[in-house]
This record gives sequence, C-alpha cells and structure tokens, in this order.
Amino acid sequence: MTKLNMVKALNLALQQEMERDADVLVLGEDVGVDGGVFRVTDDLQRQFGSRRVIDSPLAEAAIVGTAVGMSLYGLKPVCEIQFSGFAFQCFHQIENHAARYRQRSQGRFQCQLVVRMPYGGGVRALEHHSESEEQFYAHIPGLKMVIPSGPRTARALLAAAIRDPDPVIFFEAKALYHAAKEEVPDEPEILPLGRARVDREGQHLTLVAYGAMLRVARDAAETLSAEDGVETEIVDLLTISPLDRETLAASVRKTGRALVVHEAPRSFGPGAEIAASIMEGAFLSLEAPVNRVAAYDVPFPGFAREKANVPDVARVVAAARATLAY
Amino acid sequence: MPRTLVDVPRSQIEHLSILDADGNLDAALEPALTPPDLLRLYRAMVLGRRLDERMVRLQRQGRIGTFAPIKGQEAAQMGSVFALRDTDWMVPSFRETAAMIWRGWSIEKMLFLFSGRLEGGQPEPDQHDLPVCIPVGTQLPHAVGLAYAAQYRGDDSVVMAYCGDGATSEGDFHEALNFAGVWSVPAVFVVQNNQWAISVPLKKQTHSATIAQKALAYGIPGIQVDGNDVLAVYAASREAVERARAGDGPTLIEAVTYRLGVHTTADDPTKYRSEEEVKAWERKDPLTRFTAYLEKRNVAVAGVEADVDAQIAAAVAAFEAAPPPDPLGMFEHAYGAPPAALEAQRAEVAERLREPASPPPAGNDAAPVPMRGQRITRR
Repeated sequence: MTKLNMVKALNLALQQEMERDADVLVLGEDVGVDGGVFRVTDDLQRQFGSRRVIDSPLAEAAIVGTAVGMSLYGLKPVCEIQFSGFAFQCFHQIENHAARYRQRSQGRFQCQLVVRMPYGGGVRALEHHSESEEQFYAHIPGLKMVIPSGPRTARALLAAAIRDPDPVIFFEAKALYHAAKEEVPDEPEILPLGRARVDREGQHLTLVAYGAMLRVARDAAETLSAEDGVETEIVDLLTISPLDRETLAASVRKTGRALVVHEAPRSFGPGAEIAASIMEGAFLSLEAPVNRVAAYDVPFPGFAREKANVPDVARVVAAARATLAY
Repeated sequence: MPRTLVDVPRSQIEHLSILDADGNLDAALEPALTPPDLLRLYRAMVLGRRLDERMVRLQRQGRIGTFAPIKGQEAAQMGSVFALRDTDWMVPSFRETAAMIWRGWSIEKMLFLFSGRLEGGQPEPDQHDLPVCIPVGTQLPHAVGLAYAAQYRGDDSVVMAYCGDGATSEGDFHEALNFAGVWSVPAVFVVQNNQWAISVPLKKQTHSATIAQKALAYGIPGIQVDGNDVLAVYAASREAVERARAGDGPTLIEAVTYRLGVHTTADDPTKYRSEEEVKAWERKDPLTRFTAYLEKRNVAVAGVEADVDAQIAAAVAAFEAAPPPDPLGMFEHAYGAPPAALEAQRAEVAERLREPASPPPAGNDAAPVPMRGQRITRR
C-alpha cells in the first residue's frame, strides 16, 4: 500500500498496464515529454519510448480517430483529451465509430480503447475547462462511461477500462486530482465496470453521487447525521453506463427515498435515467419522488459564478430535508 | 524587417496520364502488367459497371435501399486497389463497390449492406478491410491508425484509404494527412475527385487548383492522375504503395474522374448539372479506352460480360433467397458482453416475437388499466 493522490494513482495504472501488455499505447496532446498538463502520464515516455507514448499533433478528432484505427488492428490505445470541453471535436469519432465498430463489422472488429478526459469544475478554470458532459457519452449504445471518485477507484477502474474489450470514456474529476490521498495497493487492482459501490450505509435516504460529487455527498451525509439524526446511504456509481440498476434499487428498497447529485445540468442529465431506474426497480418502496440536485440548465457561467451553479453541501442537505419531509 | 522568401519543397504538382480518352498510349510510361493481370483488371471493372447498373435497377424496383453508384469511377478504384496485397488494408468510404468486391467482399454482402442489413458489414476473418464508412472523410484517421499499428507491430502492410473530393473539405481529411505525415506511416490516400459532392461542384468545394497539392502542406508527396486511365492510376498507386512499404511514408493521390450517375439513388442530377457535361465525360469512359487498349495488346475479352452477368444473377438470387433478418440480431455485437439492462431488452423483444399477432388497439372507451399501489406502502 502506498498513499497516492489521484494523479499518481492514474499514472500507476497506466504504467502497470503498459508493462503488462505491449499493445497498450498512450497518445494525446502533451502526454509525452510534458507528462500531460495534469501530469497523469508523467515519466511514461521515458519508460516506454515515444512510439508508445505519443505526443500527437493538436487535433482531438485525429487523436481518437487514429486510436480507433489502432484498435481495429488489435492495439489498445489510451487517448488523453486535455479537457472534456474539447471533446466535441472528437465526438463524431466516438459516436460514429468507436461505439459502433463492433456492431458494424458484426464482431469482426472491436474498439478496445479508452478516452481519458479531465472534467468538472471547482478549479477556477475558464469556459470549456470546467464542464461536465458525461450524459452525452452515457446515452451512446456501445460505449461505457466511467467516473472514479478517488485515487483507489481511479486506479482500479482505469486498469479495468484498459482491459475492457469495449470503448470506455473515462472522466477524471479535476477537483480530485490533487485532493485527498488514499492507500492504493502496490499490486495491480481491478474494479469491475458496471458496478456501483455503497460508500456509506444508512436506512433513511439514498444519496446517489459520483466523481467529485462523492465528497459533497459524504459531507452532506455527515451534516444530516449530526443535525437531523438521519442516516444516509451513499451509492457511488463509478460507472455511469451501463448503470448498476440493481444496487440503486436495492438501496432504495431499503431507504424509500433517493436524491441524485451531479455536476452536469439537470435536464436530461444522468439523474433523469437514475430516477427512472429507481422507479422501475423500487417503485413500491418509494415514499417520495426521486429528487435531483444538479447544475442549472445554463451554459457554464464562468468560475466567478460557479459556486452558485455546481451542487454544494448546503443544497444537497436542503434537498435531502425536503425529500425526507415529503 | 524585410519580407523574405522561404523555400518550400515544390511549387508544381505532377499530373500523370498514360492512356488517353482516344486510346493513345505513352508507351514509355506503360506499366508492366501481364495479359492475365490485364484481364483480371478488366473483369473487375466490368463487374463494377454491370453490378452498378443492376443495383440501380434493384433500388428502383424496391428490392434494395438507397445505393451510391460508381459508374465512371471503375478505373480510379481498380487501378488503385490493384496495387495492394491481400495482407494490405483497404479503408473504403461508401462508393467503392468495385474495389470492395476485388478485396473479397461478396456481392451478396454488398446487397445486404444497401438493404440496411448488418450482415453486409462483416469482413471475412482473414480480410484486411474495413466496412463501408458513411460520415464523409471520417474513415481517414482510421487508416492512419491502422498504418501506425502495422508499423508498431513491425508488419510490412500498407493501408489504402478512399474518399471523394467533397471529403477534402472535412477536418478529418486534413487531420489524417497531417498525422500521417508527422508519423510517416505507410498509408496511401486516394481521392476520387468525381467533380461533384451531390450538387456542389469542385470549384465551390476548394479554391486550390488541384486536390493533390494539399499534400504539400503536410510535407508528403501528392500526385494528380487521370482517374479514368486505369494504367495511370495503377502506376501512381504502385509507386505510392512501394514507397509506403519501403518506409518512406504516405502519399496523396488525386484521381480525376467523373460520377456519370446519380450521387445516390435518392438524387436527381438534372437539377444541378448539364447533359452536355455528362456527355463530354461519357466520351472519356474508362472502360472504352481500356477495352481498346486490350484489343491492341491482344487480350481476348469475349465472354467476360456474360460471365460477370451470370455471377451477378447468382448473387442476386442468393441474396433474395436469404431468410429475413432476425430482429434479435440487433442485440448481437452491441457490446463484447451485453449489460444486464440490454439482456432484459432483448428478452422483451424475444417475448414479443413469441406472442401471436396482437389484437387491434382498444378505443377510448376501453376500461382504464388500474394503477398499482400509489403510496400504499407507508414505511
């Protein structure tokens, strides 16, 4: 066990997977000499050479597009898109191709690739550097959409994503990169994709969160416990798609109430699918409508106004109280 | 500071023509193709032409869906793809029927493809070909990735990718050429400049004098060829493939040709181009001049057309005898292992397929379905 922040944990996963499998490559802008703008790929080029850790030209569509071609040949590329806000320039390669090649070729080809992207706010960054766009990827059949919530899950899920035969969009919360350190096992660790994790057990309310919002959910749960005597169960989704509907339903069958927290805008966000899934799986147990705390339905308003937009502990606690009082 | 001049590699683009529309041959440039090779080339071009005509008729009869014909582009396709080995890779757009069949796609698969059936997209296990790619130009980065992977693995495969003149306006075209140049990968990009991107003529597509010159910006060789001259297309393609295989990087080939038919069967070209223009290009038909050349080379072509027609007829019969698609097929190959929710959806469809035909829908006076337990389970 070593105490690592999320950047170092992700780096460890990449380093170990590259050692394990010569077909794993890393490509993206500044990932080589610079080690990535967030240093996630630090030192990998020195260890594995510039043919395997590729400083690509600055073009998102070709980063993902060439990775699609590499994966069709049998390689397992891991792309870095510098910020998720720039990924619309490669969205067509993800939706039109990475997600569809298995079906289009009727199983002859697969796109075993990972597209890593820093997402989310809380780092006082400009427009296109602070958004949350997981809903776009979660909606695409053929893709998997993964968002770890801390160093240990980040490392284990990235390793799993690299080994997964389907294309995985892997979001890394910028706000967590240098936040808390966690004990991370030295030996490779894998967490299965598609499984949520109960982060905290409780019987009065289910809080569904992921990525950077897990911290907010944990703090809200502490407040609710201390001030209201309410015991909150937290489900840390980890994989947005395919959604772990069983874990969600099982939790709500126990608590009868659910509140979903995410940084993406509210309307048509992941919360809508999560709420529908809870209704389908635990309708008779529900004591209140499934509630949502999310960013508002406005384009990113700039970091000077970000705090009013992104869910915080006060908003989650207030929403939880309303749900409990329903 | 004064204005200074920077040296760039070239200010001219080579145009290659070996066999002109009147059948005149530049013997000094004539590629060394044996009579059997010439006959195979000819047969593939005739197959492309005859199948094209047949598929347009099948579409008009409602027996297949929308189809993108290749008529007029047989030389551009066959001259280029002929330079590949089976172990090389071919990356098509959606107008390469002749080249795809040459590479091993069956006619039945092409018919499935244009009938909206997934079965048309599956290459044979040993076939180094990507399926048809419909979003314009987006297949080109895949070719660069394949070529990078081949080089990475130490294989001596070359990747040939196709697109049209319209695709050269897409960002993916430029990104692919740029990456290919920077990475010096074994790729050959063949632009079939057929003059029209649906209704938009080349002069509205680019202000460049040629498409081939766009290669210069990426530091790679570019050449323009008479795309209706199969010998010229082959000569240029062989040179590019050999250069790629030798490790000397990618090439852009502009094959100047013409789409004699519709963009797709949903298109009406009389809205945007003149009959005179089409007639002028019909006089440059790639098959006419190649047939004349074969005659001079004493390559007998009698019987080829009948043989090709029989092959097409057999394939159409097999296609039409195929069982209807199983709706459950849509759930296959969406994921490596289907997620639980997808399995549930599949089971739902399977169940519906087992049920007898449903009764007619109830009218407004039908009894309302009772709602299940609203808030009856207080905890």
